[in-house]
Amino acid sequence: MPTNGAPTKITQGSRTKGGIGESTLRPDGTLKVTGEFAYSSDMWHEDMLWGQILRSTVAHAEIVSIDTSEALATPGVYAVMTYDDLPTEVKNYGLEIQDTPVLAHGKVRHHGEPVAIVAADHPETARRAAAKIKVDYRELPVITDEASATAPDAILVHENRDDHHIGHVPHPNIVHRQPIVRGDVGAARERADVIVEGEYTFGMQDQAFLGPESGLAVPDEDGGVHLYIATQWLHSDLRQIAPVLGLPESKVRMTLAGVGGAFGGREDLSMQIHACLLALRTGKPVKIVYNRFESFFGHVHRHPAKLHYEHGATKDGKLTHVKCRIVLDGGAYASASPAVVGNAASLGIGPYVVDDVEIEALALYTNNPPCGAMRGFGAVQACFAYEAQMDKVAGQLGLDPVEFRRLNAMEQGTIMPTGQPVDSPAPVAELLRRVKAMPMPPEREWESSEGVDVRQLPGGLSNTTHGEGVVRGVGYAVGIKNVGFSEGFDDYSTARVRMEVVGGEPVATVHTAMAEVGQGGVTVHAQIARTELGVTQVTIHPADTQVGSAGSTSASRQTYVTGGAVKNACELVREKVLDLGRRKFGPYHPAWATAELLLEGGKVVTDGGEVLAGLVDVLEDEAVEVEEEWRHRPTEAFDLRTGQGNGHVQYSFAAHRAVVEVDTELGLVKVIELACAQDVGKALNPLSVIGQIQGGTTQGLGVAVMEEIVVDPKTAKVKNPSFTDYLIPTILDTPTIPVDVLELADDHAPYGLRGVGEAPTLSSTPAVLAAIRKATGLELNRTPVRPEHLTGT
Amino acid sequence: MRVSFTVNGRPQEADDVWEGESLLYVLRERLGLPGSKNACEQGECGSCTVRLDGVPVCSCLVAAGQVEGREVVTVEGLADYAKQRSCGDSCGTSLDEAKGWQAEGTDSQTGEGTELSPIQQAFIDAGAVQCGFCTPGLLVAADEMLERNPNPTDADIREALSGNLCRCTGYEKIMDAVRLAAARQGEAV
Amino acid sequence: MDFLRPASWEEALAAKAEHPTAVPIAGGTDVMVEINFDHRRPEYLMDLNRIGDLSEWEVGEDSVRLGASVPYSQIMESLRAELPGLALASHTVASPQIRNRGGVGGNLGTASPAGDAHPALLAAGAEVEAESVRGTRLIPIDEFYQGVKRNALAPDELIRAVHIKKADGPQQFSKVGTRNAMVIAVCAFGLALHPQTRTVRTGIGSAAPTPIRARAAEEFLNAALEEGGFWDNGKIITPSVARQFADLCSAACNPIDDVRGTASYRRHAVGVMARRTLTWTWESYRGTAARTEGVA
Repeated sequence: MPTNGAPTKITQGSRTKGGIGESTLRPDGTLKVTGEFAYSSDMWHEDMLWGQILRSTVAHAEIVSIDTSEALATPGVYAVMTYDDLPTEVKNYGLEIQDTPVLAHGKVRHHGEPVAIVAADHPETARRAAAKIKVDYRELPVITDEASATAPDAILVHENRDDHHIGHVPHPNIVHRQPIVRGDVGAARERADVIVEGEYTFGMQDQAFLGPESGLAVPDEDGGVHLYIATQWLHSDLRQIAPVLGLPESKVRMTLAGVGGAFGGREDLSMQIHACLLALRTGKPVKIVYNRFESFFGHVHRHPAKLHYEHGATKDGKLTHVKCRIVLDGGAYASASPAVVGNAASLGIGPYVVDDVEIEALALYTNNPPCGAMRGFGAVQACFAYEAQMDKVAGQLGLDPVEFRRLNAMEQGTIMPTGQPVDSPAPVAELLRRVKAMPMPPEREWESSEGVDVRQLPGGLSNTTHGEGVVRGVGYAVGIKNVGFSEGFDDYSTARVRMEVVGGEPVATVHTAMAEVGQGGVTVHAQIARTELGVTQVTIHPADTQVGSAGSTSASRQTYVTGGAVKNACELVREKVLDLGRRKFGPYHPAWATAELLLEGGKVVTDGGEVLAGLVDVLEDEAVEVEEEWRHRPTEAFDLRTGQGNGHVQYSFAAHRAVVEVDTELGLVKVIELACAQDVGKALNPLSVIGQIQGGTTQGLGVAVMEEIVVDPKTAKVKNPSFTDYLIPTILDTPTIPVDVLELADDHAPYGLRGVGEAPTLSSTPAVLAAIRKATGLELNRTPVRPEHLTGT
Repeated sequence: MRVSFTVNGRPQEADDVWEGESLLYVLRERLGLPGSKNACEQGECGSCTVRLDGVPVCSCLVAAGQVEGREVVTVEGLADYAKQRSCGDSCGTSLDEAKGWQAEGTDSQTGEGTELSPIQQAFIDAGAVQCGFCTPGLLVAADEMLERNPNPTDADIREALSGNLCRCTGYEKIMDAVRLAAARQGEAV
Repeated sequence: MDFLRPASWEEALAAKAEHPTAVPIAGGTDVMVEINFDHRRPEYLMDLNRIGDLSEWEVGEDSVRLGASVPYSQIMESLRAELPGLALASHTVASPQIRNRGGVGGNLGTASPAGDAHPALLAAGAEVEAESVRGTRLIPIDEFYQGVKRNALAPDELIRAVHIKKADGPQQFSKVGTRNAMVIAVCAFGLALHPQTRTVRTGIGSAAPTPIRARAAEEFLNAALEEGGFWDNGKIITPSVARQFADLCSAACNPIDDVRGTASYRRHAVGVMARRTLTWTWESYRGTAARTEGVA
């Protein structure tokens, strides 16, 4: 299903219009193009106040004193709160480990940590008041890397750890460590004809979603609070917020406001608790909106990493062994670090068959900015390194890099380093074949009879070259990502589906707590309901906590898990509707008892196509409703010593071919084309699938050539918290992205689908790097690659 | 201070405006027009793009006081603006039409039934909207480009939209949408 | 904060005399970011948008008098022939939205070493028309930049216009950024050939505390062109001359390491841009390769 320009439209299978497999359009599309879609920062309430957060100006320090008196005395200020004002004994929160203070207590551990919060009648009043809060810091030495974290005299970032990882980590400044050992690397090394070692560095990437952290907390009459918020997981937020407020979860009502992108950056809390605290303290609605500067401090980033790899291979191109060590910098708080470690380790060698493996992955506590979830989640860093290694080994063996990968590509039945068999299609070789077979973009497109179009050259509008120094390179990469929450996590979702007659037509309502962050889950839910219930009209109820948890919009899992929950609930509704029909009409027609019955086009029909009754007549004024949890098959924890265990639910694969042109003298890069082939199992909405692949590909391109949060190693302070200096790709940096979608069903998954969102972010980066290496002949062991790396300056 | 200006054809007045407020803030927080988005507030993302006396600008970089007496078109007024442009002088500019962006009588959940400009429709049809936060700014910028340049090359589209960041789509579907709108515009003429 | 809205140039000068701390705002590119990000809270903001003449330009015999607020997009479209270097530089400014509102007056007022207009102004030759209630003066561009974000304006002065020499030969402008659009210069280079005076002038941005000219490089090249009779014989500039010119341009830099780039990269890149822009302008001067100019 290649795309070239025109929107893709594929209809297959589904017999009710607008069902699965069609590129139906977003239900929120009209609101989004007219500016009427209400994002979290658009919330407004009569009489509302504005919240402002005062953040630490240093990375690591004891707080000697905080003086809020002047801020409190500012006209227009309604409340100023510090740690001492927190209402209960619960003063920390966290996804897995509750190590993050709501407001700093006695110590700050990273630059930009929240210290105090202010509510005032205008954002400027709140800002001025916050600036008047006097905080006296006594600075401490900063821990910024593995050496400083594990030095014998290292200060502990967290003094009194009591989390469940402390028992197995080699040092208290290590959050979690996961080894994986399989086979005998020592023996395998003996068989190797070539051994290639490499040391790699992955920079800190930001999710850089466009809608800044924001929300509105409205105090309720019963002493509770209603929070309108942009998040990835309402119920996870709720579980962390309520105890800090001292409220039962039933009194913290949460409604999903419009989410301006997420990419992992909204898995952790940002301003949620602060807004609720201020609303409850003042009795007034409180809105908080971060600006871009604050947003860089307000969410976790992708873990920067140091990776050491050793690959061995025989002359005939078979990998003998892989040994690697992946050190992730988790920053000051745990966030999702333990799970990121699990992914980096278990996916650490890539989609290849290797029997003898030694892997070690760990995450550090440091005073750098906290890192956690971002699209690709540990698998991205590893993919950058193992794919660079694959090219190096191929080079040493004199093999074509794609051919070498195909020789070692995993397939269905391959055993992962964790001992888990891959029990659904793993078309790694096929994806590589397809991406290689795509037509090459023409050379020198920037040149025409009218002269040189600098927009198509490295440097773009900046007019740095008219072709001088420009060399083309082509590179390939492939990656493997797990889908869903792994390692024994009870990963479920809940769907409530209702069917009734409205205005003379059967209508289905789907209510879940799934966070729609742009991915198009709402589109897919409507499609599933149409397919399963044979109706045209589907209403998607706003996501809130009045229904059970949907789990997180992350890990490429929502179409699988909440999609699965919606499908399941629809099936249960269908059974109830058919029972209703059997009771009403069964006596008059034997087919109600004997035939296979379907709901189609608003009617009950037999599998032979005979119409038995209209849904309107079956339902009349009755509403059929089901709320039900749905789980994918369970997973297991990885053994803490050997890393063995059936830890993952499903794998997702994508391959990229990058074509770049590099101005080798100036070190500037123009990516000409970034082709992708991905197996999606079943494309429920092909248009959305391609959108996900192109978006993920572009984020991978960003971290290949420009995106990096730069932290000063001496002070652990962030040097570029703005869109002026943290650059993400513009439309002039982004090439055409032809996509070839493969649909090999995974029989364990609803409709055979495979999670889509993350895999394209993995292989995009190493493909671009490989292409740049090809163009320049440089080794390039770090990403993002900067002009100074390409010019040796 | 007080600021009076025209937004989407209607006179508007904002009182007690703090002198440091941007046009973006006044639109979003004082005039109930949050369609223009606040993604960076430093002129680097284009999500707050509006037309100021016809010219696309970042409304975050316009001081509120600078728009006194001037005309602003936001995404909320885009459909109407495009409609008036397409029928030229022949259909006049009644106040009712200028209020068209209020989109009465539509489905409040999906906005179905709303009249859209060609570029808005093309964004939906081509799948150019994901999270949608960049969309309003892109629409205003793309609409203005198609007004100036009805038959843009791909490089022209990319240049015209190079001030609008999108983090979700990888821009491919945005390119599709603009090409689609240009093609439909061409067919209509 | 007070918001001043002078309706005329005279009113603006009077207001600036009365409130020397007043910060003029036109395109808002720099000022509004500082306000939005809480970096600056001026006592007075003075809107210059209401003064129509600031957005006008006059093309004279030898120079263009460019109003301080003429937007970059206007310069790109309307002054390409008279001010080719500045037009190219204007095209690299930020985004279309910013180019629609920002003008050279803002670049000069902020006097950031990274301002895109500076290298083009230095290379073309220009004078800044500064005015106060005390009178008008023309400040040569070479004397205008005084330090990092410091310029030669007195507290009561405003920039009314810039007088830029009309091109009497080919001009070029190049800027390195780590993105293909909407990027602040890591470093930038402007070059203008002045066949009438048989001189070349340069401008370097973001590679020293202020925008600078590479004077030693200019002098070297002027002499080399003269000696070789290049202006008359139109020969290709020898690679060794181009290389030495590039090296001298690099040597003129006094850059720093920062988050946008390293000092040594900046020196290197300025040299590459110097060599390339010299080639492009010289080829153009020779009239043999009219197609080498960028079309975008």
